[in-house]
Order: sequence, then structure tokens, then C-alpha cells
Amino acid sequence: MNHIPSIIQTIPLTHYIILSTMLFVVGLIGVMVRKNIIIVFMCIEIMLNAVNLMFVAASIYYSNTAGQIMVFFTMAVAAAEVSVGLAIIVMVYKNLKTTNIDMFNRLKG
Amino acid sequence: MDPNFIIPLIIWPPLIGFLINGIFGTLINKRIVTFIAIVMPLLSLVGTFLAYTYFDNPYNYKLYQWFDIEKELYVNFGFYIDHLTIIMLFIITGVGTLIHVYSGGYMHDDKGFARFMSYMNLFLFAMILLVTASNIMILFVGWEGVGLCSFLLIGFWFKNVDYNKAARKAFVMNRIGDLGFLIGVFLIAFTFDTLDIQSILFKLAETKINDPNIILITICLFIGAVGKSAQIPLFTWLPDAMAGPTPVSALIHAATMVTAGIYLISRMHGLFELVPITNTIISSIGLATALVAATIALKQNDIKKVLAYSTVSQLGYMVVALGCGAYITAIFHVMTHAFFKALLFLSAGSVIHGLHGEQDIQNMGGLRSKMKWTHLVFLIGTLAIVGCPPLAGFFSKDEILAKAYSSNFWLFFGLACASVCTAWYMFRIYFATFFGSFRGSENKWDKVHESPAIMLVPLFVLGLFSIIGGFFGMPEIMHQTHFIGSYLSTVIKEPKHEVSHFFEYSLWATTILALGIISWITYKRYGNATEQTFNKIPNSIGLFLSKKYYLDEIYDFIIVRPLKFIGTWFKDVFEFKFVRRVVYSPGFILNQGSVGLKSFQSGNISWYIISMIIGLIAFFLLFLK
Repeated sequence: MNHIPSIIQTIPLTHYIILSTMLFVVGLIGVMVRKNIIIVFMCIEIMLNAVNLMFVAASIYYSNTAGQIMVFFTMAVAAAEVSVGLAIIVMVYKNLKTTNIDMFNRLKG
Repeated sequence: MDPNFIIPLIIWPPLIGFLINGIFGTLINKRIVTFIAIVMPLLSLVGTFLAYTYFDNPYNYKLYQWFDIEKELYVNFGFYIDHLTIIMLFIITGVGTLIHVYSGGYMHDDKGFARFMSYMNLFLFAMILLVTASNIMILFVGWEGVGLCSFLLIGFWFKNVDYNKAARKAFVMNRIGDLGFLIGVFLIAFTFDTLDIQSILFKLAETKINDPNIILITICLFIGAVGKSAQIPLFTWLPDAMAGPTPVSALIHAATMVTAGIYLISRMHGLFELVPITNTIISSIGLATALVAATIALKQNDIKKVLAYSTVSQLGYMVVALGCGAYITAIFHVMTHAFFKALLFLSAGSVIHGLHGEQDIQNMGGLRSKMKWTHLVFLIGTLAIVGCPPLAGFFSKDEILAKAYSSNFWLFFGLACASVCTAWYMFRIYFATFFGSFRGSENKWDKVHESPAIMLVPLFVLGLFSIIGGFFGMPEIMHQTHFIGSYLSTVIKEPKHEVSHFFEYSLWATTILALGIISWITYKRYGNATEQTFNKIPNSIGLFLSKKYYLDEIYDFIIVRPLKFIGTWFKDVFEFKFVRRVVYSPGFILNQGSVGLKSFQSGNISWYIISMIIGLIAFFLLFLK
């Protein structure tokens, strides 16, 4: 099993960094721009996954399993957050009959 | 006899009377109120008698140290009793007690009776404080106190707006004088480093004549006297002050408060002796006042107004005496004037009481038959004031005329003219009121009655003193001792003004002759007066006099209107344009700022997320180098 890291290390870490950053930025812009609340949540997931990817890549390249352990935590948190968030969305939809986040302005003032 | 007992006996009873009657007056029986109000001045009078008997040397009694300024200038709450004080105290407590007795009858049916008696007691307390003060600051406390009580008592029937205006006018004019007084006090503190009166007089030993500091000080103190003692130009409050009840006019505006200015100058005689320049000003103002007031009184138809102008005129006499350096004569005239002026006011009050409120002589006449005793005492008062020998006014007026003659001929001449006017208007009032036939309605004539004994007894006592009061100051050429002069010589060393015996005798002869002529003419004219006598169309001089030289109108035009205009300008223009903007602008700015900042709370979720991200980026850029 020692070969797997050395095979993976033929791809420079820089590639993984750029990939992860681009995924993160795509998710970020999606959160800023999209109007549908569920799409916004999906973009949040994109950001989380980008960070997970970065963790794993770093753990291979520096031969440190701490990164992979972190991914476990991150995924658990993501799962919990998604369940709560979706529950909130369902309640908001029941009250406001829309998923357009521009309509969620009850806190205006 | 312990002095520590006598001085509190003089000073504190009127204050106690004020507190008791003021706080509990409406709760207790009217008889008890009257009793307390009369007994307290009586206690002060007893104290004065004891002081007269037992105080040979001046006594200085310090109560406590009030305050000090940087450990250099000490102001003590202390009392100084010497012969001048004792004479003033006799006048104040003696005449004061009699007037309190009179008020018990005059004001008995008034709803505010207890309030009236408490104010009168407060006035006596303030006046006693004024004359017994050892320190100019305490004198000023008494000075202000009598001004306050004058205001309270003039506006006693406060439901009438005109009376309130008169009270306010008196107080404001007094205040103008007080400003001069205070400036004088500050100058004294600056020049002499002390405010104790005896210390000031002691330090004058090395001062030159006409020292500029002293001139300024004396002029400022005289301005205070002008306000308080109703000299030109601050005298128009006194006729208006007749709006108050008659005992008030008698006590405050005849006997005591208006003599506070005379007392002040006599007390500070050391200062005034050094400055002939100021004395000239003082004499001129006194003379002008005496003449102006005497001429105005010739054409007034209200009994009390005539007596008010008469008071102003007599105060002018006293001020002339002060200006000539004759301080003892001035105090002598204060004493006799207190007797006969209080007598005149109280008997006028008796007339008004008997006529149920009528004050205009055009509606009087022939009261001699129905009000015998009032007529008698009014006659005594009239003879005293015009200077008929051997009543009190003759001796004191004669002395003032003699001192004026030895100082300046024109002073004497002016005062002599004022004496002629005095005789004319007093006899005019006397004959028009008590002689002839009644000019009012039949209804009123039936209800005319003599006053009760409680009002008549003080009148008799004052009448007695008006007759014998002159004997306290007999001139030397009659080979008697001048009692007041010798009594006061321990306080005031006055140089003898010599006039020739020829002048004295001719003055006496002229006086008696003039009085005879004037009384004859006025009897002819006013003894059987009818409506026509008073309603004759006046010539221009008569109109000018009856409108009081148009002085009230002049003051209104020069002083009152500009002040009102300035006040209105401030209210309408300044307040609206400037003050409003300055006061409202912080609120306005805050408001606009918050409107701008409100956009951060749009409720727009994407905006919240964007701003969060921007914050994060900024954080990373700035702090993670």
C-alpha cells in the first residue's frame, strides 16, 4: 500500500490546490448570486467538498493522516447542517410559499 | 442688664411673629393673630427702651461668622447698637407698633388678614436688621428684605392686575437702585479690605478730600438711596404704591422703608463728608425732587396720591440736608416726618374707611361734622407738615432751611418754594375733605361713620407726638438744648452751621405769615368747593402737573418699549432662526444618519451573505500577511 501515495504524488500538489480553489470560488459565487434557496445550499455543499478535497490532497502529499481524519469531521458536520437547513427551508416554504431568497425579508427594518 | 438679652429681644420677635402668623395664621383665631402681631413689635419697643437706658457706649454684638473671602475679608453676622441706631429703632418700633394696632382694626374684615400681619412683621424684622447691622452685607440683607416686603404688601390684593403691576414697578425700580448699592459695596471691599462699617469709618482717617475712589463709592451708594428713598429719577413707583392698603402706605412709604436711604448715608457719613462734589450732586437731586413732587401734588385729586407725592417731596428735603452735611438734621426730620406722615396716612385711611372705599376728594366734603376725631388728627397732621409752630414739622423744617441757607442760597430758595407748595396742597386737601358740603351721593352720606377705637387710639398717640416731637430738637437761639443733636453727637461730629439770629427770626416771621395767607386763600377756594372747582378746564401748566409731568409716559417710551421690542425680537427672530437650528441639528443629523444606515437591515439574505464574504476577504487581506 505504500505505492498509492507515490503514484498520486506524480501529480503536483499545485494542481489540486487550483482545482480546490476553483471549486470553492464557484461555490462562493453561487451562494452570492443564485436566487433559489436550495441551489444556494447545493453551492454551500460545493464549498465544503472543495475544502474536503484540499484536506485529502494535503494529507497524501505530506504523508499525514490528520487531513483524512478532518474530512470525517467535516462530512459529519455537513450532514447535520444539511438536515437542519433543509428542515428550515421546508418550514419557510410552508409559510411564504416561495423559494426566492429575495422574498425572505421579514427581518427588514 | 445683660446686653446679650436686650439685642435678641429687639431683633427676633418680629421674625417669630412672621413665622407663627405666616404658617398657622389661617388655622388660629383672629384674636390670637392680632395679639401676636401686635405684641411682637411691642417687645422690640421694650427692647429699644432697655437699650436706650443701658447702652451708654456703642455695643458690638457678633452672632457668628457668616463667610470669608480667602481668609482676608470677613463678613460677620453682627449687630452694632449706637445712638443713631437707637433713634431709628425708636421710630421703627414705635410707629410700627402703632400701625400694627391700627391694622388690627382696618384689615380685620379682610380674608388675608393673617397673611397681612405676617408680612408686616417680616417687614419690621428686615428694617430692624437694616438699622442694627454692623456689616454692610447684613445691611444689604435688610435692604433687600424691605424691598421684598414692599412688593408683597403693595400687591397684597393680588387678584387685581393693576396692583400687581404697581408692586412690580416698585420692586424693579428698587432693584435698579440696589445695583448701584452693590457696586458701591464691591468698591468698598476693594478699597478698604473690610465690610465692617466701623472699620471702614476708622480707616478713613488718612484719606484726602475728593479722593476719586471715595467719589465713586459715594455716588454708587447714593444711587442705592435714590432707588430706595424715591428721588429723581426713580420716584414714580411711590405714588403707584398707594395701591396697597393704607397701613402699608403709612408704615413703609412714609415712616420706614423710604428712610432707609437717608439712614444709609447718615451711617456712612464719614465717607460723604470727604467728597463735596458728590454732596453737590446729592443736594441738587434732593432739591429737584422736592420741587417736582410738590408741584405735582398741587393737582392730584386722590388723597393718598397727594400724600405720596408729599412723602417724595419731604424725602427731597432730607436728601438736601444730607447734601449740606447736616446729617443730624436729616435724622431729626426723619423722626418728625415719621410721626406726622404716618398720622396723615392713617387718618386718610380712617376717612376712606368711613366712606367705604372712596378716595377721591371730588366726592368728599363736609366730613367735619360726622368724623370729629378724624378731622382733629388730620388737622394736627396738616399743621405739622406745613411747619406751623410749635408743632413738630416747624422745628425740623426750619432747621433744614437754615442749613440750606448757610450752604447755598438757591438751595434755600428752592426749598422755600417747595414749602409754599406743601402748604398749598395740604390745605387744599384739608379744606376740600372736611369743609363745605358733601359732594357725594345721599346714600353715601348716610353711611359715613367714625372709625372704631382700635383705629383712633394710634391716631391720638401719633397726634401727640406730632405736637411734642419738635421739642426734641429745639434750636440754640431759644436757649434750649437740642436733644437729638446732643444724643447723636457721639456718633456724628457735625460742624455748626451758623446763621445769623436776624435770619432765624425773619424766617419764623415769614413762615407764620405765609401760612396764614395760604390757609386763607385755600379756604376761600376749597372751603366750599363744588363739582365745578375741580372740573375747571386746566391751563397747560395745570394739565402738565396733573399728568405728573408725563414722566410715566416718558419712561414708558424710553425704557419700557425698547426693552419689550428687544424681547419680542429675541422671541420671534432669534429663537426661530438660530436657537432652533442649533438645538435641533444634532437630532436631525442623527435621524438622517440612521436613515442611511437602515439599508444594512434590508432583510435581503443574499446581501447579508455578500457582506459576510466581503468582511472575510477584508479580514484575510488585512490581518494575515
